[in-house]
Formats: sequence, C-alpha cells, structure tokens
Amino acid sequence: MKELRLMKGNEAFAEAVIRSGADGYFGYPITPQSEVMEYLMAEKPQERTGMVVLQAESEVAAINMVYGGAACGKRVLTSSSSPGISLKQEGISYIAGAELPCLILNVVRGGPGLGTIQPSQSDYFQSTKGGGHGDYKLLVLAPSSVQEMADFAKLGFDLAFKYRNPVLILSDGAIGQMMEKVELDEQRPRFTEDEIIKNTPWATTGKTKNRERNIITSLDLDSSKQELHNRVLQAKYREMEKHETRYEAISCDDAEYLIVAYGTSARLSQKAVDMLRAEGHKVGLLRPITLYPFPTEIIAKLADQVKGILTVEMSAGQMIEDVRLAVGCRVKVEHFGRMGGIIPSPTEVVEALKNQIIGG
Amino acid sequence: MAEITKEEIRQPENLVYKKTDLLTDKALSYCPGCGHGTTHRIVMEVLEEMDIQDKTIGIAPVGCSVLAYEFMNIDMQQAAHGRAPALATAVKRLFPEKFVFTYQGDGDLAAIGTAETIHACNRGENIVIIFINNGIYGMTGGQMAPTTLPGMKSSTSPYGRDIKTMGNPLKMTELVAQLPGTIYVTRQAVHTPGHVRKTKKAIRKAFENQKLNKGLSFVEVVSNCNSGWKMTPRQSNEWMVENMFPFYPLGDIKVND
Repeated sequence: MKELRLMKGNEAFAEAVIRSGADGYFGYPITPQSEVMEYLMAEKPQERTGMVVLQAESEVAAINMVYGGAACGKRVLTSSSSPGISLKQEGISYIAGAELPCLILNVVRGGPGLGTIQPSQSDYFQSTKGGGHGDYKLLVLAPSSVQEMADFAKLGFDLAFKYRNPVLILSDGAIGQMMEKVELDEQRPRFTEDEIIKNTPWATTGKTKNRERNIITSLDLDSSKQELHNRVLQAKYREMEKHETRYEAISCDDAEYLIVAYGTSARLSQKAVDMLRAEGHKVGLLRPITLYPFPTEIIAKLADQVKGILTVEMSAGQMIEDVRLAVGCRVKVEHFGRMGGIIPSPTEVVEALKNQIIGG
Repeated sequence: MAEITKEEIRQPENLVYKKTDLLTDKALSYCPGCGHGTTHRIVMEVLEEMDIQDKTIGIAPVGCSVLAYEFMNIDMQQAAHGRAPALATAVKRLFPEKFVFTYQGDGDLAAIGTAETIHACNRGENIVIIFINNGIYGMTGGQMAPTTLPGMKSSTSPYGRDIKTMGNPLKMTELVAQLPGTIYVTRQAVHTPGHVRKTKKAIRKAFENQKLNKGLSFVEVVSNCNSGWKMTPRQSNEWMVENMFPFYPLGDIKVND
C-alpha cells in the first residue's frame, strides 16, 4: 500500500531509495543535500532491508565505491551538490565507460567554485554535455517536486539497469529543501545473489567453473577496439533518445508563446503562465523531465506553432542552447534567469516574457 | 645414473611443478625480471590452495599492473588511478562473504590514492591490500614515485631525488601500521626462492585473516624495475638489496593475532 507523508525533497528521495531496493549508498556531506545521508543513517537501513550506508572520506572515494558496488550488479548510489559532483566526474566517466548502472543525485547550488549554498541550475552543461572526459552521456532526470524526488529514485535505478548506464537526478537546493506531500511506494525487495547472477551476468560475483571470468574495465589499449566500444555506447545513447525522452506540456495546445523550463524554474514558470493567461496572453509551458535525452522533437514541433520562446533557468542560460538547436532560428528564443542562488519570481518571468518575447 | 628421456620427463608422475589454472595463458606484459609476474603467481596460487576462486573479486590499479585482469583468472574490476581501496570497500561491504583484494603499485597506492588507502586501512575494511613498491612509475616510463629513494635518478628527477625540493620518500607501510584498523602489516620481496616462499606465506596469512573477518591485511612487496632503473634484471635485484632494503626493511611490521 502507498503511504502519504509530508517530507523534504532530500528526505523523500532517501526514503524512496530504501523502498526501491537499494543495496548501497556512499556519500560525503555537503549542503544543501546532507539530509540524504542523515536520513539514511537515522533510518538504519541495514536493519530495515540490509542496505549498506557508508560515509566516505571524500566525494572521490564515494563515487568509486559506487563503481565497485555497481560492478557487483548491486543497486548503488551517491548524492552530492555541485562542488562535490565536480569531484565525482572522474569516477562518473569510468562508470559510463565500464557501462555500469548507478544513481547519482545532484542537489545543485550556485557556482562557480565554492559559490553559494542556495539553489541554482548552473550544472546543466556538466550534466548533459559530459562533465568528465570522453564521449559519454548520462541519462538525466530533472524533478520539479518532492513527489518526483521520490519517484525518480526507483525510475532512475530501473533506467540505469535497463541501459547499464549511470542515471543522474539533477535537482536543486529548492526542491531538495522544500517540504511537500509525497506518496511513497511499498518496499521493493533487494536483489538476491541468484537474481544478480541471472539478471546481470556481467557482474563480478566470483568466477565459477561454468563461466569465463567477468572483467569490469573501461580500458582497451587497442584503439580499433576502443572505437568499437565507443560505437556501442553511442548506439545505446541513440536508443535512450528514442525511448526515454520525457517531458510535460502544459497549456501548449493553443499557445502562441512558449516558456521552456525544468525543475524549480518550471514551477515558478507555471505560475507565470497562469498570470499571463489571466491577462489574455496565450502562453504554454514545456517542462523537460529528461534533460538528456532532451525533448528536441516536441520543441521543434511547437516552434512551428508559437511566435517566440523564452527559456527560464537559474543560470546564465545553458539549456537555451539545446532549445535553440531544436528550434533552428525559426522563431526567436530568449533566455531569462537569475544566478548565484537567486530564484526568480513569477512576476519577473511575466515581465521577461512581455519585454523579451511579446513586445520584443 | 640412468639417462632420462624428454618423453619420460613429460609423464604425469614426473610432474613437479605446474602453473596454476588461476593464471591465464596470456603472456605477461611485464618486463623480464620484474617482480610483478612472480607476485601474480603467488597470489593466484594462494587463492587456488584456499579454493576460493569462485568467491574472490580482485581490484586492478592503474600502473604496470593495470592489465592484471588479463592474467588473473578471477572476476576483476579495473579501478581509476589510486581508487582501488574505495572499490574494494564497497565490494566487501556489499558482498561480505566474498574475498576481496586490491593489487596496487606505489604511485597508485602511495601518491594519488593516499586518501583511499589510509581511510580503507583506518576503517579496518576486511580486505587484503597487496602493494608492489619498486620506487618508480614503471608504466609511464620511469618517473619519480613517492617511494623513490633520496638521490635516486628517475626521468623526472634526472639528477637524483633532491629531498629539499622533491620531498621525502613515503613509507606507506609503516604509516598504515599505526592505524587501529590494520591487523597485519608486512613487507616482503620476491627476488629469491626463499623470499618467494615467505611472501606466499604472508599473502596466505592475509587471506586467512579475511576469512576470519579480522580486518585489513597489508602486504608490501619491495620489487625491482630493471627497465625504469635502467639496469639488467640481475643488477636491479642487487641494487634493490643494497639500496631499497636498508630504507624499506623486510619483515612483519604489525601482527595482531
């Protein structure tokens, strides 16, 4: 039976992680996401489900613990916030290269550098364009509610195992810290060792006589084999683009103007849409739920319908590049955003749309 | 004494030594005379003798032994440079009934992976760490390592390691012996049959400790690097005895039985 609770985004995520049958969490404290590990430690998941929770000596160690656990076919995850996620990039590249499933939560704060602890969306490039070295992609989910913080834990694990690929949940300090009503799934059992051997036959579980040894590596010194490996990865990313693109289209059917925004920006943009509609402006909101794969097709389609597009981001404008690629100069695409941990108000978005798009 | 023919020698009853099945048939990528090959064999012989191939997960480092998984016929994970103890920590926590070991060189373990090494040791993870110390970065072509001796020449200390500007060699093994999480810390070598036997005994003890859930066992093997040291294998072994052993003395450093 589902359970209804009032929770912080970070706590809802942590509770949902336990309930989704996670085997191991490895993390390091950083604001504004420390509640994830605090909640997990307080819940004693080792007693509840047998899940391991370990506070690592660094973000670097934590992501490499995730590598080791994922290589065993276990459901493992880490969480952090922007500066910590930067530290994890080496490990994430290895995990992507070795094709291991895992879950990573980034509760984004303002940057660059130590930046600030307030919410931001300035890690879009890092999340969707690589972050670490090499040609790889993460499947990126962007929650805009506490409910989605919970839902994406299970969805994230399932997608990670479906594609043998790291899944990143790109949240922000506002979603992580705010409290909302959340409906929690029932406890899903953790994988048994028999299930691991059956479902993830590549996992390092110990070489038995009846199979070849399993090796988890991202290395191939033979460049022709490494190119082939890259082609396999790219083919997988094309499959993800085909099957996993997710978005929410709000009031888009009759829209003459469009706002594209995700996460916290999508919440306040929805309010702006309501305000603009009350004034008689036909404005719609397209909320990407997956940032990679990006909902290019629907944005390209809407570009034929609307007179102008405003992207709203808590950054200097990063997602706007993907929107512009989708639109291809057919209509005007402008950016509005605040930086450094400031959340814009819906009124600011209303003004921006009027000044930059309707009247611009 | 009767003449013995080649055919007679090959009879099964005359077999006195056989390569363990836990080593693959792939030719080792190590330089002739290097201690890695011998250490690989010893580790795999120990796993075979304990009959734990099907329960063992090894972690390969970055360095000369990055391809250890090509030679060790067990399930293995290849770690990022220095991170092997972090991987091993998670594997052992998630699979407590398996045997988990890392196999690392000095650059990997004592430079870039210092934090991971110290904290895995300090937490007392129930794993085995095998540490090959040849005082140099072998794979990248003979650069100075954290373990390079004072005055020792390398490609990035071409006039010898000047400890005033390049720092002192790090005795990682003595360092981890100070930590309450380590149960067994020893330094061995593999340049003579006698030392090979001692090292094998040490590695066996380390895995037996893991079997008994005693904590972290740390086995350093002081080795040579004839290509990196620009010597013949024989010269490098002699140089190791004369120079490395006084600085890195062999023997048990900590035994908590």
